[in-house]
Amino acid sequence: MFDDTNLTQLIFGRLSWEAIPHDPIIISTFVAVVIGGLAIVALITKYKLWGYLWNEWFTTVDHKKIGIMYIILAIVMLLRGFADAIMMRIQQAIAFNGNEGYLNAHHYDQIFTAHGVIMIFFVAMPFVTGFMNYVVPLQIGARDVSFPFLNNFSFWMTTAGAIIIMISLFVGEFARTGWLAYPPLSGADYSPGVGVDYYIWGLQVAGVGTTLSGINLIATIVKMRAPGMTFMKMPVFTWTSLCTNILIVATFPILTATLALLSLDRYVGTNFFTNDLGGNPMMYVNLIWIWGHPEVYILILPAFGIFSEVVATFCGKRLFGYASMVYATCVIMILSYLVWLHHFFTMGSGASVNAFFGITTMIISIPTGAKMFNWLFTMYRGRIRYEVPMLWTVGFMVTFVIGGMTGVMLAIPPADFVLHNSLFLVAHFHNVIIGGVLFGLMAGLVYWWPKAFGYKLDDFWGKMTFWFWQIGFFFAFMPLYVLGLMGVTRRVSQFEDPSLQIWFIIAAFGAVLIALGIASFIIQLVVSYLRRDQLRETSGDPWNGRTLEWSTSSPPPDYNFAFTPVVHDHDSWYDMKNRGYERPLAGFKRIHMPKNTGTGVILSGLSIALAFALIWYIWWLAAVSFIAIIAVSIGHTFNYKRDFYIPVETVTATEDARSRLLAERI
Amino acid sequence: MTDKTHAETPDAAQFYLTEDHHPEGSTMLGFWLYLMSDCLIFAVLFATHAVLGRNYAAGPSPADLFDLGLVAINTAMLLLSSITYGFAMLQMERNAKAETLFWLGVTGVFGLLFLGLELYEFYHLIQEGAGPTRSAFLSSFFVLVGTHGLHVTFGIIWLVTLMVQVKMHGLISENRRRLMCLSMFWHFLDVVWIGVFSVVYLMGVVG
Amino acid sequence: MTAKAPSQEDAHEAHHGHSHGHGAGHGTLRSYVIGFVLSVILTAIPFWLVMGEVLESKTATIAAIVIFGTIQIVVHMIFFLHMNTKSEGGWTMMALIFTLIIVGIALAGSLWVMHHLNANMMPMTHEMMRNMP
Repeated sequence: MFDDTNLTQLIFGRLSWEAIPHDPIIISTFVAVVIGGLAIVALITKYKLWGYLWNEWFTTVDHKKIGIMYIILAIVMLLRGFADAIMMRIQQAIAFNGNEGYLNAHHYDQIFTAHGVIMIFFVAMPFVTGFMNYVVPLQIGARDVSFPFLNNFSFWMTTAGAIIIMISLFVGEFARTGWLAYPPLSGADYSPGVGVDYYIWGLQVAGVGTTLSGINLIATIVKMRAPGMTFMKMPVFTWTSLCTNILIVATFPILTATLALLSLDRYVGTNFFTNDLGGNPMMYVNLIWIWGHPEVYILILPAFGIFSEVVATFCGKRLFGYASMVYATCVIMILSYLVWLHHFFTMGSGASVNAFFGITTMIISIPTGAKMFNWLFTMYRGRIRYEVPMLWTVGFMVTFVIGGMTGVMLAIPPADFVLHNSLFLVAHFHNVIIGGVLFGLMAGLVYWWPKAFGYKLDDFWGKMTFWFWQIGFFFAFMPLYVLGLMGVTRRVSQFEDPSLQIWFIIAAFGAVLIALGIASFIIQLVVSYLRRDQLRETSGDPWNGRTLEWSTSSPPPDYNFAFTPVVHDHDSWYDMKNRGYERPLAGFKRIHMPKNTGTGVILSGLSIALAFALIWYIWWLAAVSFIAIIAVSIGHTFNYKRDFYIPVETVTATEDARSRLLAERI
Repeated sequence: MTDKTHAETPDAAQFYLTEDHHPEGSTMLGFWLYLMSDCLIFAVLFATHAVLGRNYAAGPSPADLFDLGLVAINTAMLLLSSITYGFAMLQMERNAKAETLFWLGVTGVFGLLFLGLELYEFYHLIQEGAGPTRSAFLSSFFVLVGTHGLHVTFGIIWLVTLMVQVKMHGLISENRRRLMCLSMFWHFLDVVWIGVFSVVYLMGVVG
Repeated sequence: MTAKAPSQEDAHEAHHGHSHGHGAGHGTLRSYVIGFVLSVILTAIPFWLVMGEVLESKTATIAAIVIFGTIQIVVHMIFFLHMNTKSEGGWTMMALIFTLIIVGIALAGSLWVMHHLNANMMPMTHEMMRNMP
């Protein structure tokens, strides 16, 4: 029979007690997480919320609830990603003069990898997807997305990816390769552990969700628009969402395929990206950036859409240059495929190639600049209300332009040869991602919060959040520009030259300010919840909005619109208000809606099991969970009864309740 | 108030529909978009093969390995399965359940023959010491052809599932829609295969 | 591309996406047979060219393979996938063209970038390349 080791290996693969880290930092985090987790479980059980969560949230196919869940996921992961960030800042601020700091290189390398992966894939992506899910169907006057079940499934796959990454914190280790895991470092020879496998499977599982959600939203925008809403009457956020989702569908498969080739190198021993037998690691760099560059536009375009909505609303004006905005978005979408090489000018493709990609990169700044002018001209002679979303927008306009200019500097190949992989680059992309994407998401959160929950967010703490972030950002990243120009490279945990330390201390101070910004944000959410009765907003249109989502109640009913709106203009709700629209009060009909389903949760759980098994070489579990995934998917297709009707009585009652609320206001 | 146009608006513009609004079905478009994304997975594999396909690492080259006769038979299997799937769709439109099932079954058999031949080829190559780990050329060959084969495998599983569902529920609209999706998937795999035999096998042998 | 006015179909049918009118187009027996015959011919010729070593020059053979392959892909698109500019309001065609552009960029770009990279590597003869470990 088997001897003991063989049997253990057969059952547990390479998983053993050794895999649990013994680092005091990780152990204390682990203990805190376990206690926190148990407390949450206990509270949910005590208040008997499991049934509510399962029926109303986990299994929901309502695009609004799924959107909210995406954003919750993003905020939770933001805390994890920021914890990594501030650990790095503190380490770099103290690791001078022979002081090794408190993180050894092994740990530090995992932290910067996890920070990048988490912030891009599990903060920015779900945040953006959450907004698109929540807002797009409302803006186009639809009752749900095209494929409601797929939407739920996509969310749970994204969550599964996040969970896989989080497991790596306590079982085994994470990749030490940087967020794009370049081979040969990420190959089997140089990273034999489980870190890169966690990376690969986390992203593969989440990638399934992202691609499917992209397909879903394109179909929704193309097929489900309200009558009268031609393409040139679509709200700008819907436009940018359309372009973003086209980018998602046309790039994430490239990431999936590239990571699949890397995993074959690691698992099967193929020679795609190896150093010998004809493999070429540079091919990986080439392929991953064909995905990677459009990815940054996937993040920024929806933010541009949010700013467009916010600017038009808070200036009380039609967006300046609507058509040019749409064309600029489309041009950016196409151009984003023609610039990927600027991420590896130094690889050595020569002058002709570098010149081409340098020029295309600079060209991209033209449509982006056009957008910036459109926002400025919208503000010009507008009646500007400096509410919190507008503050974020103005902050964005200043910050993002600086980031854009350093980007054009990096687009010049000879300059890039000096700045490549330096802290200048790190400062640049944080400048555009924080100043562009994150500010946009924060603006959107404050802007659409009353729509989702029926009360506004607290103003004071909102302003605190903004100012801490804005000032903290400059303190944290301007020093990195300086350091980068001095030639300091990224991903270094200790320094020799003591004259650099002051800059790192300033950067760490900036990180502390950002931490206060995040704290203010959490306080803002808590305070607003506690004061929700004072902040209550019953009109459904708290900002004097212009697009259709403001025509329905806050929060909107399950069916969004009792009657499908008819659109005449691109600021359709503004148009309706202007022309004396009156809310229909009778004649309601029953409404056809999709049914909830638990299949998404089950498939996501099985995917986590499959990924875990593949990471730890537990082959029996991999086989079982793979077969189970197929079986559950097939089983799901045998269910033909996936819809129901909201009876007319319910619709009438809901609408009458809103009529009473509206009447109380007057 | 049930009147379609709202009486009190000044220019009598209509701001909402009082009848149910039914947007067109999105499934066909959605599925097509999925196929396009799949197309990009193959694009990466083709690009990899184009870049690495001549790195033989002092190992065997396509001319040493490929049996074009076998590939021709294989291609024939796939083409035949394509037209038999077409026949199934024609029967479906005539609403003939038994005939539809028959042609679907024939399609599945051709698909299995294709897979069998491909597995035979793979087995043969690995026996000769020309497995996927031998060189970058062989890695890219096995993964490109294998990914296509994997798609055919899933196509067959899907086909069997649909045959059971048609048998249980008949040619109802849901099943018709699913059959049309699978039809697109199946013919899409044909198109990919044209690229595979042209680029990998024929151009590989020419050198 | 405006959304359609409300149809009179009953809710159940409509929501289950009955695909008449706007789904992928339907073939006829004639179109399937024509497509099949064409693709058999278009497959047979390149195989014959390569297996029979008909053409002297390698370049000509490769060009022929590419041309016949491309024609055959178009044939499959039209006769089997029923592609036309009208199905789904032109969106399938748009999506296809967009995808082809991206595929073209990815393929041509990778080849170009990697070719220049290899050209800039240490000088190496073709013989050395072939015998690379």
